[in-house]
Amino acid sequence: MKRDEMRVGVCIIEGSNSEDETAAAFRSLGTNAEVVHLKQLLHQDVPQDEERTLDDYDVFVIGGGFSGGDYIRAGAIFANRIRSSLFDDLKGFVKSGKPVLGVCNGFQVLVELGMLPDLDSQGLSERPEAVLHLNDSDRYECRPTRLKHVNRGTSKITAHIPLGEVRIVPSAHGEGRLLLHPSDPDKTVKTLADNDQIVFTYTDENGNDEVPYPYNPNGAPGGIAGITNRDGNVLGMMPHPERSFWRWQHPDWTRTGGLKKNGPEPGDGHAIFEGVVRYAEKAL
Amino acid sequence: MYRAEVRIGLKKGVADPEGANTHKTLKLLGFEDIREVHTVKLFTLDVDTDSEAAAKDEVERACRRLLANPVIHDYQVTLQKA
Repeated sequence: MKRDEMRVGVCIIEGSNSEDETAAAFRSLGTNAEVVHLKQLLHQDVPQDEERTLDDYDVFVIGGGFSGGDYIRAGAIFANRIRSSLFDDLKGFVKSGKPVLGVCNGFQVLVELGMLPDLDSQGLSERPEAVLHLNDSDRYECRPTRLKHVNRGTSKITAHIPLGEVRIVPSAHGEGRLLLHPSDPDKTVKTLADNDQIVFTYTDENGNDEVPYPYNPNGAPGGIAGITNRDGNVLGMMPHPERSFWRWQHPDWTRTGGLKKNGPEPGDGHAIFEGVVRYAEKAL
Repeated sequence: MYRAEVRIGLKKGVADPEGANTHKTLKLLGFEDIREVHTVKLFTLDVDTDSEAAAKDEVERACRRLLANPVIHDYQVTLQKA
């Protein structure tokens, strides 16, 4: 599929944010990206010309920030609104191999939906298999974080990023501690590592693993920052790649090429969007 | 009509940063005898039925479906005729 034919849907509900930056990132890569409200997909209270179906999209994205006030648990309202109405459609979407990206609140939604980690490769599940629990610090953590790409091949979206490469992507969340087995954090890491489902881990300026706070902002075991499903076409990550998409969004942008004259230089988050588009180009 | 109180707590062994932080602050204020602090979330649900069994079933389904994440949460339901 060619980029200019690719349709990207950035899905929102009431109280979502970051959707404009996320759609802009996909648009700047030559795709047709639009922000789509869940009501447009459900044909509720919208003019006929704004009605959409999941089939209208080749890439499905949930961005982040917050949604539905994040009442009950972060992402729970959004996830259950999807589950009650789009469960089968979205399951078909994922199983057909189309890419899904969830960033921050979007990752929380995908976990609540059971789309991640999806240990049995079902696409979606009735009950969540994991949780993004309160940060260890018991507060909202917001700062640039270093992410190491640790996936050995399962993640098709990040296949073009070299193993071990470190990228700076800002984190901004209060609930980012990924747990599958809450009383046994090591088991969470082992389960996901055995399946090669861990995509990004937090690291420090020396590329170390298992780094402490504040390098790991939430205390996730193994420093897990992003994971994929078993089929490798769904990526969920807590840090925000749309917030370091351009070099000038980096805190040290004047020293690292942000001032080049031949147009804006891509930042460290660029590769994640590029990966989604490249995968869709090849697979669809 | 039945009124249900749903108490959502963290399972044993799950870190409770909010409880730990509250405990720390209470200690700083001199509450030396408080051994542990745990946070719970309480929902009240009014269920439109005259059958206690039906109300219980409805509320339990709500817990499993939305109110609790089974990975980290336990829930307790108490029912009262309203």
